[in-house]
Amino acid sequence: MEKDSRNIVLKTNALEIGYTSKKSIKTITKDINITLEKGAFICLLGQNGIGKSTLLRTLTKVQPQINGDVFINDENLNSISQNELSKKISLVLTERLPESNLTVLEIIALGRQPYTNWIGKLTEVDIEKIESAITSTNIEHLKHLKHYELSDGQLQKVLITRALAQNTDIIILDEPTAHLDVQHTMETFQLLKNLAEIHYKTILISTHEINLAIETSDTLLLMTEKGLFTGKPLDLIENGDIKKLFTSNTIEFNNSKKRFVLKN
Amino acid sequence: MIQQKSYRNTFILLSIVLIAIWFLNITLGSIHIPFEDVFTAVFNGEVSKDSWRTIIQDYRIPKAITAVLVGSGLSISGLLMQTLFRNPLAGPFVLGISSGASLGVALLILGSSLIGGISAIAFSSFGMAIAASLGAFLVLSAVLIAANKVRNTMSILIIGLMFGSLTSAIISVLAYFSSAEQLQQFIFWGFGSLGNLSWNELLIFTIIFLIGISLLAFIIKPLNSMLLGENYAKSLGINIKQTRNLVLIITSILTGVITAFSGPIAFVGLAVPHLTKLLFNTSNHKVLLPAVTITGAILMLIADIISQLPTIEYTLPINAITSLFGAPIVIWLLVRKRKIFI
Repeated sequence: MEKDSRNIVLKTNALEIGYTSKKSIKTITKDINITLEKGAFICLLGQNGIGKSTLLRTLTKVQPQINGDVFINDENLNSISQNELSKKISLVLTERLPESNLTVLEIIALGRQPYTNWIGKLTEVDIEKIESAITSTNIEHLKHLKHYELSDGQLQKVLITRALAQNTDIIILDEPTAHLDVQHTMETFQLLKNLAEIHYKTILISTHEINLAIETSDTLLLMTEKGLFTGKPLDLIENGDIKKLFTSNTIEFNNSKKRFVLKN
Repeated sequence: MIQQKSYRNTFILLSIVLIAIWFLNITLGSIHIPFEDVFTAVFNGEVSKDSWRTIIQDYRIPKAITAVLVGSGLSISGLLMQTLFRNPLAGPFVLGISSGASLGVALLILGSSLIGGISAIAFSSFGMAIAASLGAFLVLSAVLIAANKVRNTMSILIIGLMFGSLTSAIISVLAYFSSAEQLQQFIFWGFGSLGNLSWNELLIFTIIFLIGISLLAFIIKPLNSMLLGENYAKSLGINIKQTRNLVLIITSILTGVITAFSGPIAFVGLAVPHLTKLLFNTSNHKVLLPAVTITGAILMLIADIISQLPTIEYTLPINAITSLFGAPIVIWLLVRKRKIFI
């Protein structure tokens, strides 16, 4: 796959992320140079507390970067308004939804808010997008349930459908499989992979499912204490970068099994 | 097609109930007036007795209109607070706005002995209204300033509660140094009253009320996305800070003006949104906002009818009635439904 600059939807340039307060600047990672292509499924891996969420929050303008730039479709993130950004990036977060009386359909319809008028009236185009999103994730049977009636696995699908209905080039998911069992985790990965391939979405997720990530993703982003490494999964295994994920003495990466194993 | 559940029939039914209750409200009272005369008096036609016309036109109609404004205003405020704080316990009282209004009135009534001499002007209902509005506005400004420094919405809730405690404490201190007569007057104001407004005062009340209501147009859409939480709302392009400030401003305008003219009326702001949500079984603000407006008005009119039942010579404090009859209903509904939502 050759790199065609027209296909790049998100790009960072010497990005430095972290937290700033009046007194001090706390850098978490710097020199982040990544390019995300259209239709790619990208997994962000890293230890707990290494700053995966901070990176995702910076890329989605939830928190400001310390240095460097983020470009979405060649446009600097800082010059994109919140409303414009909501037509380019949609989110699926780890936080739970507040308890409410919303139905699945209403939750998905909220994904159309960036496009609707002042009172949020759905046009035919909106309804079409909602219906096609529901078809893509195969959740017709859930449409009329209240959100508190859903299992974690079902809710995750609903939230992904909502992001699809938002009709953005990029969908970012923060640990989408954190609450899910093995079956639903695998199904979620498969669904996301399909959405990237079929709907040509750029899907970036943070996850701890290293094996699934190696198996399914087009690109891996490895956040380590030595900085951020990026590449195709097999390349990263070959050049040994994947070993930098964990510095523990108790586990090691087994190249033939393509997974981390306990040291003997 | 997406089947948005239609609530038209429910709305028509509620509107009819509202109109019926409104007429019932002005028909019933300590003086018996036949319904035909009530009806003609409302539309300024022939009335059998001149005194009846005066009672209907200058007393009962302003009171019934006040009840509608108070009921809907407090209910809307409660709904907004519950959504903003994603907390079913929130209501206009928690932000300390009502306490602020109380403080204004307390300073006026209880503190007047410290200044002396101005009591004659001070105790007019206008004086109290201005004091209450100032108090509400002051506390709101403090909460707004704090709200813009604090990012977490829950913290704002607690800050509001703290302001409430603070003002209550000041009122206690003032009360301790006041005469029995002043205390009595303050307590009477605290009972709440719908019936003290002249047409001029009602006009001011209505204008301020409508200003508050018209601001709602800016937040119907953001409120719905707030149901997913602030982070999702932001990712949908919603300006959280602006929405939050608008909600606080609308709430304080409505609560401030209501408390100023009718006293601190409890319970309605908390309970009506829940009653309405149970009735309509939705969280959609496009439905809920008009719905609480109507149910709030109905509840307040009923409470007012009960407070001055025809055979009883006294008018009971409206504040007691709303809680006395409303609380058991809400408890009963919740026990039956077992679930409560924002």
